[in-house]
Amino acid sequence: MSTMKVSVSPHVKDSTSTTTIMRDVLIALCPALVASALIFGARALLVTAVCVAVAVGSEWAYEKLVKKPSTTGDLSAAVTGVLLAFNLPVGIPLWQAAFGSITAVIVVKQLFGGIGQNFANPAITARIIMLLAFSSTMTAWVIPGAADAVSGATPLVILKGVEGGGTLPSLTQMFLGLRGGCLGETSAIALLLGGAYLLVRRVISWHTPVAFIGTVFLFTLAVGGNVQNSVYEILSGGLLIGAFFMATDYSTTPNTDWGRIIFGVGCGLITVLIRVWGSYPEGVSFSILLMNILTPYIAKATRKKPFGGVAA
Amino acid sequence: MFSKKLHGVHVPHRKNTAGLKPERLPVTPFVTIPMAMHIGAPAKPVVSVGDEVKVGQLIAEAGGFVSSPIYSGVSGKVKKIDNLLMSSGQFVPAVTIETDGLQAVLEGIVPPKAETLQEFGDAVRRSGVVGLGGAGFPTAVKLTVKELSAIEAVIINGAECEPYITSDTRTMIDDAELIWDGIALLQKYLQVKRIIIGIENNKPECLNIHRKKCVPGGGVEVKALPAMYPQGAEKVLIYNTIGRVVPEGKLPLDVGAVVLNCTTLAALARYMKTGMPLVEKCVTVDGSAVQTPKNVIAPIGTPVKALFDFCGGFKSEPQKVLYGGPMMGLALPDLDAPVLKNTNAVLAFNEKDAGLPKETNCIRCGRCVGACPFSLAPVDIETAFRQAKPEELEILKVNLCMECGCCAYVCPANRPLVQVNKLAKVMLRDYQAAQKAAAEMLKARDAKKEEKK
Repeated sequence: MSTMKVSVSPHVKDSTSTTTIMRDVLIALCPALVASALIFGARALLVTAVCVAVAVGSEWAYEKLVKKPSTTGDLSAAVTGVLLAFNLPVGIPLWQAAFGSITAVIVVKQLFGGIGQNFANPAITARIIMLLAFSSTMTAWVIPGAADAVSGATPLVILKGVEGGGTLPSLTQMFLGLRGGCLGETSAIALLLGGAYLLVRRVISWHTPVAFIGTVFLFTLAVGGNVQNSVYEILSGGLLIGAFFMATDYSTTPNTDWGRIIFGVGCGLITVLIRVWGSYPEGVSFSILLMNILTPYIAKATRKKPFGGVAA
Repeated sequence: MFSKKLHGVHVPHRKNTAGLKPERLPVTPFVTIPMAMHIGAPAKPVVSVGDEVKVGQLIAEAGGFVSSPIYSGVSGKVKKIDNLLMSSGQFVPAVTIETDGLQAVLEGIVPPKAETLQEFGDAVRRSGVVGLGGAGFPTAVKLTVKELSAIEAVIINGAECEPYITSDTRTMIDDAELIWDGIALLQKYLQVKRIIIGIENNKPECLNIHRKKCVPGGGVEVKALPAMYPQGAEKVLIYNTIGRVVPEGKLPLDVGAVVLNCTTLAALARYMKTGMPLVEKCVTVDGSAVQTPKNVIAPIGTPVKALFDFCGGFKSEPQKVLYGGPMMGLALPDLDAPVLKNTNAVLAFNEKDAGLPKETNCIRCGRCVGACPFSLAPVDIETAFRQAKPEELEILKVNLCMECGCCAYVCPANRPLVQVNKLAKVMLRDYQAAQKAAAEMLKARDAKKEEKK
């Protein structure tokens, strides 16, 4: 008579779960959220709240509809919502933000099988779709500190020498985030704080961010030959949020150390190519999406040789 | 020092019983001794129902070359010989002895005479000693070496990397002399030039005791190893001590290494010294459901329930009981299971620790890839298995998996990765057998065609 529970070993488990990992990501995004509210005002919080609510709501509704167990508790939809909001200008109409969240969660994530199954980063893909669909509102940048809601150009636009540009913010302003841009991407210090937290908690590894940011730095240095400008490039656009929070997404990036380095280098190269020679001022989103597509191949090519394995 | 570091996981050690000297369990009314407590052919009983047996008496002889004899650890009368369902899922014959409590020792137990290597080998064969670290591989087979010069180093495994278990720790402390007697035997008969005692650095007392015994030029060294699971796995230990990689399909001896568990060596030395074969085991009794964790010495065949009773019973209802540690231990269906030769711990867990965490979707975080000591890709193996692609499993080398459990331990989605790997191995074996059979059939057909021409 069997009276005990039997199962295959191991019979112990460490304390991490999908929920704890996603919770850590949310915690890591908090400094940037605070910064966004300070820089762009309360509307930043409103946009974020709408994105999160719609992302979680659409995940819940979709899973209800197709009779799948609900996964809203793993907090991944909330993370997608925050990341999408952080990639939108603060003046975005709320219905457009909601549209973006629905696209991210239902089209990019759930239709491919839900968490872990999507090949493209939901927040990035939704942002790109919005950039194409709502190009005017998606590029209506608010310059913080200027008289109420004056639209202006982002530093990358100014760098590119597009007409109607303004004066470049100082490096200190860039570091603090006092510049035009998406609401969560501007404050370098807040993003670095969050990235450091993720590294300490071992939620992400250093490989992708270091490779990504390092490549952008070296490549722009090689092209421009000016260290200060290269630092400027790092602090501009969505590079930091992309390198720490988007290019480290699990299911859409390689799961080997070397794969992560290749992924980061690839992102860096494409970003600079677009920034310098492309017609868009910013290329972080496109670079990550393009590398997402290559991920299965990179992962396979960098798979480690089994210990003691003999070729068949 | 080495170009590559093997991965692993840091599991909480929980060596609660490390400081507790083993206590001897009073003899239980019955013992049930299964005939398969080792890798290889089951032993063949040589006693019949009604026979009187004494401590140290042979009750079953080896069933083949890869097998081991079994001796009684109690005195009493053979009550029955029937089939016992083992936790492997197989029925094996088992001898049940009703004890008389006298523990009368068989007359004529004297240290075996061994002048030559041949005689030493025979003595090892008669000792009934098998790999006591858990694997249960007959020691006599391991020490049967055609060319003694092939042995470059003997590694004595004192890593004991599984949580809770401290029976090897106690051997290294309480039976240090026996281990060194064993070392002398290896040097005398197998002419081993280099002996390494590998101990994890979370056991400073063991390291100290054995470091003190090392003399310059004595051919024995003690190596402190990082306390990282699975440090004590054979291939990991070989790599971390002598830097050799055991290739797929080869034995440690092929790279010049023999690995012996410290308790195995001590048991062997005890037999050579006293003539008393392996009849009892020191077992760590611990786990969240156990009242007073202890190290207990019990005759082989003792029901595990008696061990728990001896430790004050349960402080909460046990829901899961294990042979061995929580990383690789085997879950038992009930408390009647006997102590086996290779049982080094029995653990009982309460409801909280026994529950299986809910399985969720794989998030492809790659933690399993980063944790695998053998650089396998459990996430890819699981995908290949679920898609029933044995040809992929062949490339992914699932056959190399030692089922250490690191991947499942770190998985945030609680995927049953070890279970999948076990099943994937079977899928791969079936596939390879079918491939082979098909190839042979084609060959036979071609040969027939040739003949007709």
